[in-house]
Amino acid sequence: MTAQDRSQGRHSRDAVVELASVETTSGHRGLILEEPLIFELGQPGRLGVDLPDAPKAPNRLGALARRGGVGLPDLAEPQVVRHFTRLSQKNYGIDSGFFPLGSCTMKHNPRLNERMARLPGFADIHPLQPISTVQGALELIDTLAHWLKTLTGMPAVAMSPAAGAHGEFCGMVAIKAALAARGESHRTRVLVPESAHGTNPATAASIGFSVDPIPATAEGRVDLAAFKAKLGPDVAAIMLTNPNTCGLFERDIREIADAIHGAGGYFYCDGANFNAIVGRVRPADLGVDCMHINLHKTFSTPHGGGGPGSGPVVLSDALAAYAPLPWIVNRNGSFAVLEAAEAEAAHSFGRLKAFHGQMGMFVRALSYMLSHGADGLWQVASDAVLNANYILASLKEAFSAPFDGPCMHEVLFDDSFLKDTGVSTLDFAKALIDEGYHPMTMYFPLVVHGAMLIEPTETEDKATLDKFITVMRALAEKAKAGDAEAFHTAPRLTPRRRLDETLAARKPVLRWSPPKLAQAAE
Amino acid sequence: MSTVKSTVKFTADHEWVQITGNLARVGITQYAQEQLGDVVFVELPAVGATFAQGKEAAVVESVKAASDIYAPLSGTVAAVNDGLPDNPSLVNTDPQGDGWFFEITLSNPSELDGLMDETAYQAHTGA
Amino acid sequence: MRYLPLTEGDRRAMLGTIGAASVDALFVDVPAAAVRTKPVDLPFHAGELSVERTLKAMASKNLVAGDVPFFIGAGAYRHHVPASVDYIIQRGEFLTAYTPYQPEIAQGTLQYLFEFQTQVALLTGMEVANASMYDGSTACVEAVVMANRVTKRTKALLSGGLHPHYKAIVETHGAYSDFTLDAAAADPDGLEDLASRIDADTACVVVQNPSVFGHIRDLTPLAAAAHAKGALLVVVVTEALSLGALMPPGAMGADIVVAEGQSIGNGLNFGGPYVGLFATREKYMRQMPGRLCGETVDADGKRGWVLTLSTREQHIRREKATSNICTNAGLCALAFTVHMSLLGETGLTQLAQLNHAKASQLVEKLKAVPGVRVLNESFFNEVTLVLPKNAATVVEALANKRILAGVPASRLWPDHADLAHHLLVAVTETVTDDDMDALVAGLKEVLA
Repeated sequence: MTAQDRSQGRHSRDAVVELASVETTSGHRGLILEEPLIFELGQPGRLGVDLPDAPKAPNRLGALARRGGVGLPDLAEPQVVRHFTRLSQKNYGIDSGFFPLGSCTMKHNPRLNERMARLPGFADIHPLQPISTVQGALELIDTLAHWLKTLTGMPAVAMSPAAGAHGEFCGMVAIKAALAARGESHRTRVLVPESAHGTNPATAASIGFSVDPIPATAEGRVDLAAFKAKLGPDVAAIMLTNPNTCGLFERDIREIADAIHGAGGYFYCDGANFNAIVGRVRPADLGVDCMHINLHKTFSTPHGGGGPGSGPVVLSDALAAYAPLPWIVNRNGSFAVLEAAEAEAAHSFGRLKAFHGQMGMFVRALSYMLSHGADGLWQVASDAVLNANYILASLKEAFSAPFDGPCMHEVLFDDSFLKDTGVSTLDFAKALIDEGYHPMTMYFPLVVHGAMLIEPTETEDKATLDKFITVMRALAEKAKAGDAEAFHTAPRLTPRRRLDETLAARKPVLRWSPPKLAQAAE
Repeated sequence: MSTVKSTVKFTADHEWVQITGNLARVGITQYAQEQLGDVVFVELPAVGATFAQGKEAAVVESVKAASDIYAPLSGTVAAVNDGLPDNPSLVNTDPQGDGWFFEITLSNPSELDGLMDETAYQAHTGA
Repeated sequence: MRYLPLTEGDRRAMLGTIGAASVDALFVDVPAAAVRTKPVDLPFHAGELSVERTLKAMASKNLVAGDVPFFIGAGAYRHHVPASVDYIIQRGEFLTAYTPYQPEIAQGTLQYLFEFQTQVALLTGMEVANASMYDGSTACVEAVVMANRVTKRTKALLSGGLHPHYKAIVETHGAYSDFTLDAAAADPDGLEDLASRIDADTACVVVQNPSVFGHIRDLTPLAAAAHAKGALLVVVVTEALSLGALMPPGAMGADIVVAEGQSIGNGLNFGGPYVGLFATREKYMRQMPGRLCGETVDADGKRGWVLTLSTREQHIRREKATSNICTNAGLCALAFTVHMSLLGETGLTQLAQLNHAKASQLVEKLKAVPGVRVLNESFFNEVTLVLPKNAATVVEALANKRILAGVPASRLWPDHADLAHHLLVAVTETVTDDDMDALVAGLKEVLA
């Protein structure tokens, strides 16, 4: 028996080393496993699928058959599964831990929704099957539409937009179509608060509107006087996020709605933050004309590392007629799909996407809604707002909140508490990574300096929040105590440390190239 | 930072303009490059292109920000800094020297009166 | 409620810390008239068992593709997806991750996006690809917008072989963002001459290969004609698997290639979510829409990946962005990447050949059906038939016999009486000999 064995697994005090400096022969560090690119793992002669032999039949590819290979690596299934499993282990998800990424609503993704989306009756049907063979799918879309309309109080909903930004495009095109129908295409100016998400101005500009920014007040809300001063006969719409990106409810929203309507414009509401009010406040009661809903935020369809999303748009009576194709209509208990501008859909502005929308996301969202019900969704908004205010109350001494509370579903701090510490918002976020958290949203919204936007969501318990609060206070204390170097070198415990974004942008390498090709290029 | 010559004028958009006769060389200021951070990409106008004062003439990008370079004065592009797109870090290392963007032959020299001198510009940046 | 961990005790304690009497007090900024006092009129919460029953009841009303002889394509194809693909994409670290804005804890997502970009570039024969778009149809319109940006022109020439949904989307964008279209008439015979319609205003020529009618064309002359007039060639592929058997668009001179990637790794899902592929030449890299993942090194000099060239995007450029797109189709791109990795060079080639051989086999078998004509000289896994009767009626009659025979052209071109007898029929590796015989027998019966 060796000396080490007698330790029975306990390591001696002398053996305590700093994890960050551990070097190994393999390059792996315990559970942190290095993994090459899939292209560096291939070997001719392997196969990851077993396919039947092709039947003998004439070749009809003509002269256009591929000549030469594609350049893909050959691997067997175990290698592929291990490769992607190892990659997954370099990721942080909601399942891994607390993910307070403001404005992104990283709430728990129930697995029931995944199971429901995989029912063959939803997953294995084709969008162009005869309508008589997909009545259940159309019923699901119609049921989801009913829930969305009831929760928002709006009379119509366009289901096909593929994501939030696509929904914005849909809503703004509907507004443009409605203006054209009124003979008021000269209305080309869209008012967008400075705190808006970047997609708002990008969307407005992409369909030929000019973007006119509205300043914020010292209270983090739309400057009502400045907004009213900008109204005029050329104004098409206001694009307003509510609750806004500072996590605050726009108190003057009814007055804003009345004023824009009075000036002949429309009220586009960015519904990215609907999670804060779902079930408790109906956007229709706020004077909204249209609003997109990010199913992957409020209704918990998974973010999936950046999509797929789904962005249905609810529409007021003034805009409903212009909704995009296809329309699903209920005719005496049987569903029809209008795929051309005809019948009820005669004034539709046209098609936005092939087929009918993000069906897989619809199933997940409805599964989530049915699970919560009207009472549960009420509680979703209540707990989301409660959790955010608890963080605000617990951190406002140590951090700097630019605006007075209460907040809604997320809480905003600026970086003034870090003044003269040499620690930036970015450094602070990276230090949080070493503490085992996904950082908050950094540097957004742009209306405060060094923004830190924290959204806990309703699916976190109090113990998790308390632990996070303890860590946040400790980090703030450490920064104020002058230990800037610890922040500048963070994170130290991750599969990779800070990555050189300047190098990536100056000399972009966007794909792997085979070694021979790379040499030839040099 | 190199000494700013008296023939140099500035715009509120943090561009400098060095006037030699009827020719104006244009770049961004030390202050602007500090605000941008590491410059990773520069897009220059075509020689011969004509711009009215204030129109977008070039683009400069860092990792996290993109900025338009406006023609500080009306005129025709007479030359561009050919080496800059391949070596955008010059904007960081020598913004008011080798990191220049383009030269314009002025069509309306009276516009010069609207630009700031160094003292005014330093007041503008709060320096 | 199983997704809400706060207890009543927690809530009281937290309100105490906040100093609020109730949660209602936190909603103080909501105008009084909009404050609800009770939940909306919808059913209350339900357990898993109950939700499963409700949704299964809806699912059971649909005719499942896998249960019947199935020949529908036209932009979405039923392929076998290996079990490990679904396993990988359901791993929580992938499923519940966000966009990789914190690269130190998102190397998994970033590395597969880099692998995805490489696979797409290889498959299309192009130099660079982005990290995916919503789907093929929205990628198509982004290609047109990009071509306008590159050429500083505003007219798109659309082939009559382009999927009508794709065409309709370009029309919507054109109508509301001021670019013009020259759309060729539907081209069931694959004989159109687009080259002569290119002029000095043409920003791009958009052509689908194989066309929506299934024809395969050598696009090299069209590319040359476009380039001679300073226009770009945009090639649309709605069946990504075809690229395993066909000359890639990049080898024929394409400037931008967009494709529907659903065929690889993703199920039919009644139309979405799918995954759009977008590839182009290196010189147009900075004009590309969507997210890009790039290689770099970390503070210790180790290879790693980050999102890059993001100054093109809306969160920085705002109203001057190349596109308003914020998300991609991350998880569907992962499914694509895993399936492509399982296939590899050998499997991809075999699978593509298998699809083609099966389609060719069906074409041979259809010779036994009187009055049915196959329009295609060449095809990959989809052909256009001309029937002696109205195709929609025939499809409905066959659906009643539990055969999903294909897409009647009238579904895609409702206002084209001349296409009323045309039927698009797709054959993939999932179609058995029995399925083909059932279709042949069914057609004989319905057409008799």
